[in-house]
Amino acid sequence: MLSLRHLSKSYVPGKPVLTDIDLDVASRGITAIIGPSGTGKSTLIRCINRLVEPSAGEILFDGTDLAQLQGAGLRHARRHIGMVFQEYNLVERLTVMENLLTGRLGYVGAWKAWRRKFAPADIARAFELLDVVGLAGFAHRRADALSGGQRQRVGIARAVMQEPKLLLADEPTSSLDPKTSVEIMELLAGVARSREIPVLINMHAVELAKRFADRIVGMAGGRIVFDGPPSKLDDDILKRIYGGEGWLDA
Amino acid sequence: MPDPGAGAAAAAGVTAVADPFPRSVWPRIAGVALLAYVVYACAQLDVSWDRVATGLENASRFFSRLFPPNFARWELLLKGLLESLQIAVLASTLGIVLALPLGLMGARNLMPPWVSWPARAIVVVARSLHPVIVAILFVKAVGFGALAGVLALTVASIGFIGKLFTEAIEEISAKQVEAVRATGAPFLSVLGYGVLPQVFSRFIGFATYQLDSNLRNSTMVGIVGAGGIGGTLFAAFQRFDYDFVCAILIAIISLIMLGEVFATAVRGIFIGGATLPDLFRRGSATRRDRLVEDD
Repeated sequence: MLSLRHLSKSYVPGKPVLTDIDLDVASRGITAIIGPSGTGKSTLIRCINRLVEPSAGEILFDGTDLAQLQGAGLRHARRHIGMVFQEYNLVERLTVMENLLTGRLGYVGAWKAWRRKFAPADIARAFELLDVVGLAGFAHRRADALSGGQRQRVGIARAVMQEPKLLLADEPTSSLDPKTSVEIMELLAGVARSREIPVLINMHAVELAKRFADRIVGMAGGRIVFDGPPSKLDDDILKRIYGGEGWLDA
Repeated sequence: MPDPGAGAAAAAGVTAVADPFPRSVWPRIAGVALLAYVVYACAQLDVSWDRVATGLENASRFFSRLFPPNFARWELLLKGLLESLQIAVLASTLGIVLALPLGLMGARNLMPPWVSWPARAIVVVARSLHPVIVAILFVKAVGFGALAGVLALTVASIGFIGKLFTEAIEEISAKQVEAVRATGAPFLSVLGYGVLPQVFSRFIGFATYQLDSNLRNSTMVGIVGAGGIGGTLFAAFQRFDYDFVCAILIAIISLIMLGEVFATAVRGIFIGGATLPDLFRRGSATRRDRLVEDD
């Protein structure tokens, strides 16, 4: 489904953030990427849909190398990859409905989109999704009037509007309280299950990762240092990922 | 683990505490230099008390002749005012329509340098000359009349809105744009959904401010023969019809005030989401949340 081959990225020449990443993601299930801040988790996620340009390597998605795509080819590939952001990245001045329909922009011509002429089926699905994420009745609210948890629900609904074949989430719960974090993770898990797609999530909360992920990838220093099921993630491995041990509960 | 409290306790015992605010001598030097230049300029321009006294004497005679205002030639006055209004509205519309794409093209966070630099150059040129000078150029080019005034104020509008619009776009949140790009949206849709919603309210603000400014300037370009009430005003000055001058000035002030009310209403509707009845309800649409409370 998704295979990264020898993926490397350095923002400054000679200082790689990602070094020679090899990763295969199965066609369904949640993969959580954990690791210390600044170790390249975000960069890795953003390389996949090319919001960040990889320096070297291949990103094989459905048989095509995303790293080679340009222009329309890249835009068409991005349509199939939904993304959820840490700070939600909703367009603040637009309504919830407009933010959801943003997920269809890859399929609608710019002229139609400017005049808000979306397909009736898309609009019906947007209302349905609002129900699913628990925001029925919020369609006409402006995004900047919502709370953090509500915004992230809109962010997830926007990504699902794309009918993605792959869902990326860049620390989707890091700005949220513990209870809302669990609700958001349940929502993401629900999307993975019901749409039968792979979900790749960066996270800081190890417990949350253990609870929801089918597979955990541990990164340190721009490399993958652990890859396995949550049950295999013990204190020794956590020490290897985050370094030191004083922070671990005795 | 060092105790952070220990350092503070030690510092309190010592007499010389580190200066918490870095001070620079340069602002003071600049202040003294400015004061010195003001004194020097007064001396150079021969601004003395004698000169001010004779000026005041002349002014009192002039002001006594302004009143009472004479509205006998109101038809001439109204014709000039309407022409000024037309110049202002046409120039604002044309200027906004042209400044929108130029402002977008000048934004360096959206466009490659080979697009943004030419666009910025055009805007800088449009800004660099005062509207009166531009009006003189257009009077020479296309002849006397309102057309020259419209063209001159269009250039001024492009310069003003173009620059501010570019700056507004360069300050937008990249995150919102990133999210729209990530959906695979084509460039024009990214503009429509990720960029313009972030700057729309500021754009309305610039546009209404420019309309206000064009109204004022349209009363002036007539002085150089570019149409509008300015020509009538200038002629009245030259014939020493000071009571008619006064009538014209009162009319101009009324026009500007009406324009201000109109601009506030437009801003209220587009930015504040107010409806027309809201604007007439006392204190609702124009009330601002105050940042500082006095109690």
